[in-house]
Amino acid sequence: MSFFKKLKSKFIKEETEEVSTKYKKGMKKTRNTFSGRINDLIARYRKVDEDFFEELEEVLITADVGVMTVMDLIDELKMEVKRSNIKETAEVKAVISEKMVELYYGEDEEGLEYLNIQEDDLSVLLVVGVNGVGKTTSIGKLAHQLKQQGKNVVLAAGDTFRAGAIEQLEEWGKRADVEVIKQSEGSDPAAVIYDGIQAAKSRKADVLICDTAGRLQNKVNLMKELSKVKRVIEREIPGAPHEVLIALDATTGQNALSQAKTFSEATNVTGIILTKLDGTAKGGIVLAIRQELDIPVKYVGLGEQIEDLQPFDPHAFVYGLFADMMDEKDESDEDEIVEDE
Amino acid sequence: MAFEGLAERLQDTIKKITGKGKVSEQDVKEMTREVRLALLEADVNFKVVKDLIKRIKERAIGQEVMDSLTPGQQVIKVVKDELTDLMGGEHSKIAVAPKPPTVIMMVGLQGAGKTTTSGKLANLLRKKYNRSPLLVACDVYRPAAVDQLETLGKQLNMPVFSQGTDANPVDIAKQAIEEAKENHYDYVIVDTAGRLHVDENLMDELTQMKETVNPDEIFLVVDAMTGQDAVNVAKSFDEQLDISGVVLTKLDGDTRGGAALSIRAVTGKPIKFAGMGEKLDQLEPFHPDRMASRILGMGDVLTLIEKAQTTVDEKQAKELEEKMRTMSFTFEDFLEQMGQVKKMGPLEDLMTMIPGMNKMKGLKNVQIDEKQLDQVEAIVYSMTKEERQQPEIMNASRKKRIAKGSGTSVSQVNRLLKQFNEMKKMMKQMTNMQKGKKAKGFKFPFM
Repeated sequence: MSFFKKLKSKFIKEETEEVSTKYKKGMKKTRNTFSGRINDLIARYRKVDEDFFEELEEVLITADVGVMTVMDLIDELKMEVKRSNIKETAEVKAVISEKMVELYYGEDEEGLEYLNIQEDDLSVLLVVGVNGVGKTTSIGKLAHQLKQQGKNVVLAAGDTFRAGAIEQLEEWGKRADVEVIKQSEGSDPAAVIYDGIQAAKSRKADVLICDTAGRLQNKVNLMKELSKVKRVIEREIPGAPHEVLIALDATTGQNALSQAKTFSEATNVTGIILTKLDGTAKGGIVLAIRQELDIPVKYVGLGEQIEDLQPFDPHAFVYGLFADMMDEKDESDEDEIVEDE
Repeated sequence: MAFEGLAERLQDTIKKITGKGKVSEQDVKEMTREVRLALLEADVNFKVVKDLIKRIKERAIGQEVMDSLTPGQQVIKVVKDELTDLMGGEHSKIAVAPKPPTVIMMVGLQGAGKTTTSGKLANLLRKKYNRSPLLVACDVYRPAAVDQLETLGKQLNMPVFSQGTDANPVDIAKQAIEEAKENHYDYVIVDTAGRLHVDENLMDELTQMKETVNPDEIFLVVDAMTGQDAVNVAKSFDEQLDISGVVLTKLDGDTRGGAALSIRAVTGKPIKFAGMGEKLDQLEPFHPDRMASRILGMGDVLTLIEKAQTTVDEKQAKELEEKMRTMSFTFEDFLEQMGQVKKMGPLEDLMTMIPGMNKMKGLKNVQIDEKQLDQVEAIVYSMTKEERQQPEIMNASRKKRIAKGSGTSVSQVNRLLKQFNEMKKMMKQMTNMQKGKKAKGFKFPFM
């Protein structure tokens, strides 16, 4: 299929083998279940009919793509099938992938979203999210990477609420060899961030990454606290924060949309860190988020190691999702018949 | 948000079907479609949804419903029944080992909330059951996890057993139990590291720990926001460890929590507790019935219907209808009726359970004075038997006596009498007009 070839060549041209392996490895479970099911589906249905679409709908829903997004997608697919007069399910496969990729990209084809880091001035990154999604861990990994790139990084331990959160960030600070600015547990997070900014300024740091306590998005007071933190940053450094990153757990279902939306309202989120994608969760939520909120994913967490945080590359991501399909397409579709459950 | 629309659509379909005297297959199909969407949008696993919808359809189109007098309500009841069946009953008991200490293992994915829940559980055991638990820090992988548990221990003034991060988790757990025996702790709560269910090495470590410490409970801690993947997670953990129960965390968020239904369906294990906030006393027994409504994303309309069905005794209702028609409705019947309404729970709760009610502006925060209800009751109780049966005999001195007896005033007694008469008249009109629709348009004196 020309579409797959295009995708593949683009991917291989742009990225190193190493990253490709990482995505492939990290997303193995995701890919297996997802494209496996689509293949299974196509093998079982020879004709493109209502039943086929209904089951396809379910496959997509299982990937945590929201119901509404799926219904839109299915409608578009139906149109496309009618337009191109497609009758065989095998042909529809390419159309499915193409439509999904379209959802990622939207109108514009190109998609690598880099962090907005100032060339020769302090950049402030604020990391937000609900409890237990992996904010502190992601910050640790990010700090390590920026440090590797030769940046002078400072961390601010803004999670003054959760027991052990400051120690956790300090440990990451040690591993990444960067300084951590902190106060004691229970102190005002805005004050800690303020300290962080002053410290970063006086040390002429390149990047300041601010940790915050996890909070459920429906806790109004806690969201207000977050807005205050952001205001403090804005006041101290014009144009900052340069990035507000929300950490989303890939295992989270439809609530991730509500999270992204509410945190955006409080802090104007500029990007997403999608964590824990190395499990069996499908990451379909990325589709829904892109479509409904238009917030780009900037990083994905593909494992526990310090280098397992990867810049989000839509090409690589889609390649990861559809790699099996592409390989099969290159050969032939001999072993397509999958046993029924 | 998208799902508000879904919930409204579901409510509309249910409203439409509730009043129907005849339910067609098309009606059922339409409703099950909406129920299906609502469940999927609430993150209930699609397979679980599929099975559920199939059962609902079979029962709804079957004899049971079509032959009943109120098929519309019956269909709703089927949905409710199937949902609650699936959720199971309440199980918030914690095992007690015949020989202390009782060992509880906490397992789950990263970030589910194991450590916090461990602290909450220890607090609950001490506060509610008067036990003395020992917390054990076996998460040696995540940076500062041991510190976190130790800090929690300090906040709770609760002992924490830890050996730093260089020791083997299985050894730590084993030694902790020895320590508990020596110092007479009767519960040992083992906090383990978060791990992916597909991580064989780490899952093996848990199996090993299980064999070594022989826990009485293994709680799988699951984030209530988990999506479709909840099924895979719960299944893997259950298959490898044979978990004894589930703790659902972060339920104080705005997630629908469909994961709860999926996990129940896949493992059959009870959800025992729910984390309802960040404070250490916010671990509550899990209420399956409330969860069922939450997942559907509507007011507790199902509970309301069921309540109405059970509290209003059919026989009594028939008698009442007869009395209304013959105008022999007395204050005694009135008392009975009030009792039935009261049995259904606080009126304000009832109001919020009615879907659409919270949409109406004027009714949004209506405060029904339950005191007024008590007053009305007191007035009736202060009447003699004769007066209750024949309100016509009421005269000034009787009214005075009643007012005194009930601690009210004569004018209040008068008002009640007047309202009672009006009610009687209305009932007669209604029953003449339309038999069977007795409950609509009732105006209680206290409303």
